[in-house]
Amino acid sequence: MSTTMAGSNKNKRLSSILINGVLALICLIWTIPTIGLLVSSFRTRDDIQTSGWWTILPHREWVHTEEFKPDPSLDRDGVMEISGVTGTFQEFRDGIQTPDGKRIIWIGNKRNGTIYVEEREWTMRTDLTLENYQNVLTGKQYQITQADGSVRTEQGDNFTGAFLNSVAVTIPATVIPILIAAFAAYGFAWMRFPGRRLLFTLVVALLVVPLQISLVPILRDYVRLDLNGTFLGVWLAHTGFGLPLATYLLYNYISGLPRDILESAFIDGASHFTIFTRLILPLSVPALASFAIFQFLWVWNDYLVALIFIGSKPDVQVLTMRLAEIVGSRGADWHLLTAGAFISMILPLIVFFSLQRFFVRGLMAGSVKG
Amino acid sequence: MQHSTPIPTATPNGFFGHLATNVGRILISLIVPIVTFVVLWQGFLFLRDSNAPKLVIALVAIVWGVGGVALLYGVANWVVERMSEHWRSHLQPFIFVGPAVAILIWYLALPTLRTFWFSLLDRESVNFVGLQNYVAVLTDRGMQEAFRNNLLWMVVGASLSVVLGLVIAVLADRSNFDRIAKSLIFLPMAISMVGAGVIWNFIYEVRDVADPQIGLLNAIVVGLGGQPQAWTSLIQPWNNLFLIVIVVWLQTGFAMVLFSAAIKGIPAEILEAARVDGAKELQVFFSIMIPSIMSTIITVTTTVVIFTLKIFDVVIVMTGGQFGTEVIATQFYRQYFSNRNFGFGSAIAVILLVAVIPVMIYNLRRFREQEAF
Repeated sequence: MSTTMAGSNKNKRLSSILINGVLALICLIWTIPTIGLLVSSFRTRDDIQTSGWWTILPHREWVHTEEFKPDPSLDRDGVMEISGVTGTFQEFRDGIQTPDGKRIIWIGNKRNGTIYVEEREWTMRTDLTLENYQNVLTGKQYQITQADGSVRTEQGDNFTGAFLNSVAVTIPATVIPILIAAFAAYGFAWMRFPGRRLLFTLVVALLVVPLQISLVPILRDYVRLDLNGTFLGVWLAHTGFGLPLATYLLYNYISGLPRDILESAFIDGASHFTIFTRLILPLSVPALASFAIFQFLWVWNDYLVALIFIGSKPDVQVLTMRLAEIVGSRGADWHLLTAGAFISMILPLIVFFSLQRFFVRGLMAGSVKG
Repeated sequence: MQHSTPIPTATPNGFFGHLATNVGRILISLIVPIVTFVVLWQGFLFLRDSNAPKLVIALVAIVWGVGGVALLYGVANWVVERMSEHWRSHLQPFIFVGPAVAILIWYLALPTLRTFWFSLLDRESVNFVGLQNYVAVLTDRGMQEAFRNNLLWMVVGASLSVVLGLVIAVLADRSNFDRIAKSLIFLPMAISMVGAGVIWNFIYEVRDVADPQIGLLNAIVVGLGGQPQAWTSLIQPWNNLFLIVIVVWLQTGFAMVLFSAAIKGIPAEILEAARVDGAKELQVFFSIMIPSIMSTIITVTTTVVIFTLKIFDVVIVMTGGQFGTEVIATQFYRQYFSNRNFGFGSAIAVILLVAVIPVMIYNLRRFREQEAF
């Protein structure tokens, strides 16, 4: 009896180690991509282009220890002997290892080259800088040393403007649909009017309609109304696309509030508007917050809607558009991309971590019920 | 903004006095909305045309947008509450529900019909061509590639997200650090797909064999003695899978959170009873856990499938739809906005809609079953 108990305890400990180990491994894999970006955003342009971000960790690498000019008398088309090893020019170009662990490598051309002696050593590339962030935030200029040795000056990128545009798009595009949806949810839940059931059926039917179906007609309306590239246009678009889910979620919540609270308020002579603003809105804060986080992340991270309705106006560009544009046009400017991408992630990450609990609750309300 | 009681008015003296107060009331009821509209219009013009510093514009935009909507509701309600009881009780529901319904109709319901109509017209939306665009969409080679890739996205993307989400939820539930683990897995959900594209460039980037690799995946491959691969471009059609991995990375957290909540909802006695009866952990998982959370599995799968059906950002940012990675949404964008073939683009959008109609019917049926409404 006691031996089987001990055996099962041992099994339990083993499976616990296994579970925690596997989970830790998954978490590590999941986190590495983001860490890579974060680390890269602090590395210099040259480092990003020539070595992996993980080289900031201790690793073994060939390190240059001495250099000298090859003896002019060597037969460069035949077999040469340098520092005790022999080989052809091509072999020296690729590097030859000496028995004592060094590497002899021929740098430059056949006639006029240099011999490098390298040793394998533990190193870290800890040359970190804030310059990428300065470049993207202030549009600071930076210099590139080109292959031929000349120096080219490039204009950095102004992300501050795009960041402010994103804020100006996202906050109203989050608050407006919530306000409109909350009014509608209250109306559906606590008022009786003709067509109520039909209109709410419309809300449910529109829950899964892909927004692609709307882009074309709405864009035509916007061109006609001169709303293209305006904040109002983008807010309304996001409002329209977020409204079915918002109304549905808030209806579920508001219709579930205890009936007697409202009835006693009615008896006291309060109007619908007073009850809504004084009673229902404060009571619905959890539901409002969980949808708000959803909508905030969705709008902040949106690319398609911004691309279609802002596309033509560069000075209203939001962060995702700016970022996607650099990916396209400045494929080589990874140092700007890293810092830019991280700046675009800061606000959603703050919102996400500070309001995580609401967010999870919202996810469950939206999906388990819907 | 709250006017729960009518504004006190002087006792009317005779007919003219009565008329005067009424006219005054009507005038005020007209003037207030007009003033509101003028103020809001000025705000709109300022935002559209002003050259003020970005920060000022952003602040004004926020105050104007949020305040404007609240003001409109307040004013509309104020007007309605000044009316007689009869009118008020009939109109007030529409003050509450009306704006939402109007926006839904303008932004989603009507566009569905209009896009359908455009899909029956030619590329300039002038002549009626019947179903010709649909025939073209279904036979076009680029579209067939897009359909194939989208199917890959939906099958592989959804199953990977669901399976991984479930496995992680079960593991986290029994681990010693479930909160941290869940946060880490969930974190990518806060990142935009454009940002995720940048992040994954540092995984997939390929360099010449002779140079040090700066992409992690190729560094590992080369470290193990292999050849560096251009993961997202050259190895077709497998490059699609490497794009799908990015979205799995983003979406698994969503699946995990919902599964985790569902697993916590399974009564502990049932699990305990099965274990006492000698069921192995795997048996408990497959014959008790899975059936108990089946409805959550279906919901999560549907959500992820719809999400991958509309996938756009990742493909545009990573490959621009080149190298055989085109999907339906990128084709829609290309046909409509680059080729300006309005009929063809609209037909693609309608096909996207048709694909989600089963889910729509399911939702409506569930709604009809709710007796409370």
